[in-house]
Amino acid sequence: MREALRELLKNRELLYMITWREIRIRYKQSVMGLLWAVLMPIIITSAGVVVRLAASRISGHPVTPADIGAIGVKALPWAFFVSALRFGTSSLTANSSLVTKIKFPRLIFPISSVLTSLFDMAIALPVILLVLPFAGARLSPALLWSPLLLLIIIVFTAGLCIVFSAANLFFRDIKYLVEVVLTFAIFFTPVLYDVSLAGKWRDVLLLNPIAPLLEGLNASIGLGSAPGTAWIAYSVTIAVFLFWGSVVFFRRLEPRFAESV
Amino acid sequence: MRDSKDYAFRMDHVFKRFRRGDQHDSLRDLIPSLVKRAVRKDRERVLAPQEFWVLNDVSFDVKKGETLGIIGHNGAGKSTMLKHLSGIMVPTRGNIEVNGRLSALIEVGAGFHPDLTGRENVFLNGVILGMTRAEVRRKFDEIVDFAGLEEFIDTPVKRYSSGMFARLGFSVAAHLEPDILVIDEVLSVGDFAFQRKGIEKMRAIAKSGATVIFVSHNLQAVAEFCQRGILLERGRVIEDGPIDQVIRRYLDTSVSHGEQTSRGPVRAVSTTIAGLSGEIGLFPSGTKARIKVSLEATAPVEKVAVVVDLLDSAFHEVFNTSSERLGRRPLTLAAGERAECEFELNLHLGAGTYYLGVYLYRYDTEREYDHVFPATSFVVTNDRDTRGAANLYPVVTRFETKDAVQTASLRAQRPA
Repeated sequence: MREALRELLKNRELLYMITWREIRIRYKQSVMGLLWAVLMPIIITSAGVVVRLAASRISGHPVTPADIGAIGVKALPWAFFVSALRFGTSSLTANSSLVTKIKFPRLIFPISSVLTSLFDMAIALPVILLVLPFAGARLSPALLWSPLLLLIIIVFTAGLCIVFSAANLFFRDIKYLVEVVLTFAIFFTPVLYDVSLAGKWRDVLLLNPIAPLLEGLNASIGLGSAPGTAWIAYSVTIAVFLFWGSVVFFRRLEPRFAESV
Repeated sequence: MRDSKDYAFRMDHVFKRFRRGDQHDSLRDLIPSLVKRAVRKDRERVLAPQEFWVLNDVSFDVKKGETLGIIGHNGAGKSTMLKHLSGIMVPTRGNIEVNGRLSALIEVGAGFHPDLTGRENVFLNGVILGMTRAEVRRKFDEIVDFAGLEEFIDTPVKRYSSGMFARLGFSVAAHLEPDILVIDEVLSVGDFAFQRKGIEKMRAIAKSGATVIFVSHNLQAVAEFCQRGILLERGRVIEDGPIDQVIRRYLDTSVSHGEQTSRGPVRAVSTTIAGLSGEIGLFPSGTKARIKVSLEATAPVEKVAVVVDLLDSAFHEVFNTSSERLGRRPLTLAAGERAECEFELNLHLGAGTYYLGVYLYRYDTEREYDHVFPATSFVVTNDRDTRGAANLYPVVTRFETKDAVQTASLRAQRPA
C-alpha cells in the first residue's frame, strides 16, 4: 500500500497529464462546454423535485425550499459518484494501448477518472453554493464536517473504481453490470428523498455506505447540524477498508494486465 | 553478483507462457476455469493444451553502452521480449534485472489523442514516456524542429498525415535521455529521409553512452547500427554473437517465409537464391547467382510466367524481369504438375539487404496467380565503399591540383 502511494507520488506529473487530457477531451468540441458539469446535478435535482411534489400530493406535506436544497446538496456528490464509477470502470480498457505499450503504475487510470469527475464537481459547486442560502441553509460550525464527508465519498468512490477497472479488464461484462446497478442505485440511495421517509426501514437504507455520507452532508450544509457519528464511522470504516483492499487487489492483478487486456 | 553493475540488464532463464485462442472474457466463463485451475498443480512448469512458451529459457546479458539488435521472424517472440525488458509484462518464470533508467519505444505516439493539438500531445506523450513537464518544456523547440512540424504544432493531430503523426511521435521519444533505450520497429515510420535522421539520432544516443536495444525487420539498419545480435526462433535464443554472424544465420533460416497471396490455381512453393557453388545468404558484390523458383499447380492452368522483383532494404525496386520478357514461352500445367524456373544473374549490387519477390503471372489476360514477398532475402557485401543499390565498380583515376594537371597536359603535348 505504501509502495503504491509512493509510486503514485513519483508519477504525479503523469497523473496530472492523464487527468488533464481527460478533462480537455471532455470539454473540447462540446457545445455546452463547462455547462456539462452542471447539467447532471441539475437534472438529478429536478427529478427529485418532481418526485417530492408527487409525494406531497399524497402525504399532504408541502415541499419546502429546504427539501429542494437537500436534494441539490446530495445530487452533486451523487453525480460525481456515478460519473467517476462509469469512467473509472472502463478506464483501463479504454487506454489499452497504453496498458500494453508503456510501463507505469496502472493505478493512475482509475484514479485519474476520479480526479476528472472531481473537477466536474468543482465546476458545479459554486452554482450550488449560490443557490443554497435561498434554500434556507446558513453558516454553522457543522459546515466543517462537509470537507471530511466529501473526502470519505472520494475515497469510497476511488476504491470502487480501482476494483471495477481491474475486474473489467478481465471480464468485459463488468462494465454493463456496473451500468445497470448505477441506474437503479438511485432508488436505494437517499438522493431524491431522506432516509427519515423510510420510517423503520431507515437503518436498512443506511447500510448502503454512501447513504450516511449523503445524509451527513445534508445535515452539515442544509440543516446546520452535526451528522450521526456512529453511521459516519461505519462508512469511514468501509471506505478505508475498501480502498486499501482495492489497491492490494489491483496490484496483485497488475502484472497480468498487459497480456489480458 | 560482484560485477553486476557493468550490466545494463540481464535475463536469467526467462520463460513466458501464452495461451492460443480466446481467453475467458466474461464472468460466466470464470467459474469453470477457476475449478480447473484449482485441480491442477505446478502451474509454473506445465503447459495446458492451448498454451505455448512464447519465451523459452531465454538468458543473456547486455553490457552498458552495448548496441544489441534482436532479429527473428514474426511470432518469434521479439516484441514479447521487449515487453519483458521494459517491465510491461512479467515472466512466468525467471529473472530480469535492469540497471538504470529504461525507456521503451514500442509504439510511436503512444497516448496521442486525435483531438489534441501537436503541442498538447508532445507534452502528454513526453510525460507518458517518463519526462517531467519541465523537461518537455525545455526540449520542446528541439522536438518540434526535429519533426519539422513548426507550422502545424497547434493543429489537432487528427488532421496530420500518418507520416507527420509518426514523425512527431518519434521525435518526442528521441529526445528522452535514457540509460537504456529499447526500440521496436518504430524506425520503419516516415519517409526515407526521416528514417535516416532517426538512425542518426539513435547513433548519437548510443554514442552518449546509452545502451540501445533495437528490434527491426530492416536488416541493413540493424547491421549498420548494432555491434551484437540475438536471433530468436520460437521463443529461444538460437544465435548470439557479432551482428554479421547473426544476420547470416537469420537469412539461412528465412527462405520462403514471406507473405503469400496465392489466389490462383498455381502457387510458388519455394524460392532460393544461391551462388554457383551453392553458397547462400551472403554474397560479395559481383557474384554470379541463380534464382530457383518451384511452382505447383493445384488445378489445370495456362500460360504461367515467372516474374522476379528485387527490392532494396527500403523496398525500392532495384530490378525486375520475367521468364516471358527474357524470351521463354509461358508454361501450361496440369493439376498437380510441378515446374521449376531458374534465372542466372550477376549481383552487381551495392552493399545492403535485398528482398526478392516472386509473381506467377499470365501476360495476355494480366492475371496474377500468386505473389510471394519476400520470397527470400540476402545480403550483399562490397569492399568498395559506395552507397546505393548499384555497384558500378568505380575507381578514382585522377585527383590532383590544377597545376599538376596543366604540367601533365603540357608534358603530354610536348613532342618527345
